[in-house]
Amino acid sequence: MFTFLVTFLGVLVLYLLLVWGSGDAGSAYWAIEEVLAGFVLALISAGIARAILGKAENSRMFLKWPLFLIYVPTVFLWNLAKANVDVAYRVITGRINPGIVRIRPGLKTDLGRTILANSITLTPGTLTIDIDRKTGDLFVHWINVRDTKTDEEKTRAVCGSFPEWARRLSE
Amino acid sequence: MTWDWAMITILVLIIISGIFSLLGAIGLHRFPDVYTRLHAATKTTTFGSIFLAIAVIVYSIFRITEVGPENDGAFITLAAHTFIALLAILITNPTGAHAIARAARKTGIAPEQAVIDEYEEVD
Repeated sequence: MFTFLVTFLGVLVLYLLLVWGSGDAGSAYWAIEEVLAGFVLALISAGIARAILGKAENSRMFLKWPLFLIYVPTVFLWNLAKANVDVAYRVITGRINPGIVRIRPGLKTDLGRTILANSITLTPGTLTIDIDRKTGDLFVHWINVRDTKTDEEKTRAVCGSFPEWARRLSE
Repeated sequence: MTWDWAMITILVLIIISGIFSLLGAIGLHRFPDVYTRLHAATKTTTFGSIFLAIAVIVYSIFRITEVGPENDGAFITLAAHTFIALLAILITNPTGAHAIARAARKTGIAPEQAVIDEYEEVD
């Protein structure tokens, strides 16, 4: 029920944001038809999403959302900027040393794995290719492979502090 | 903020966006295989879109605050739509890249110039 309500409110707010300014003569408020449409759509979406978001591991996302507001504009955006400078450097110089490596971040939930995989793809020199569902190991294409000895060292070199963040956001 | 400064800010944002998108396009030509090309395509388009979206939002905010109430609705909608489109890009861009990379690997395309390949078939 909690999940249903949160999803309902979330979708409603999103919809109202999308149709902001639909009121009479382009004022900054809403037309009554749009508000009604938002209610109906939010009810339908919440009904569909309940089965997925209602799972215990996924509903934690609702409690952790303030952390996303910290994570995305700071750690994530900074690494995305670094990734772009890195790609720019490699495009201009053509210096690459690619390979596919297996890393063991040891995350248990699907949500955490998704966050980590998407974060890795948008950060310096790495691109997630596939996942081993049983162990949570990620196969990562690494554009500039460096020599590492242990598994921990390799995971650290590929994804830096992301596994800790993914764990904080999801577990 | 005066009109001139707003325009300069917006121009700088658009130019940064354009430079990174261009680098992405050049990367598509220079890199040797599908995986390295995906690096160029995914990261630069995401970053370029962020700056382009910020430019649109800055313009909207400027119009909302400067021009007066008769135009508010349209520009609030524009800013909100841009922000939501940006969130969608942030989620779908890396996901699409996984799908392409995974499909490429499953069909047996080996990474070129690879120094290591630890990939193995899993369910």
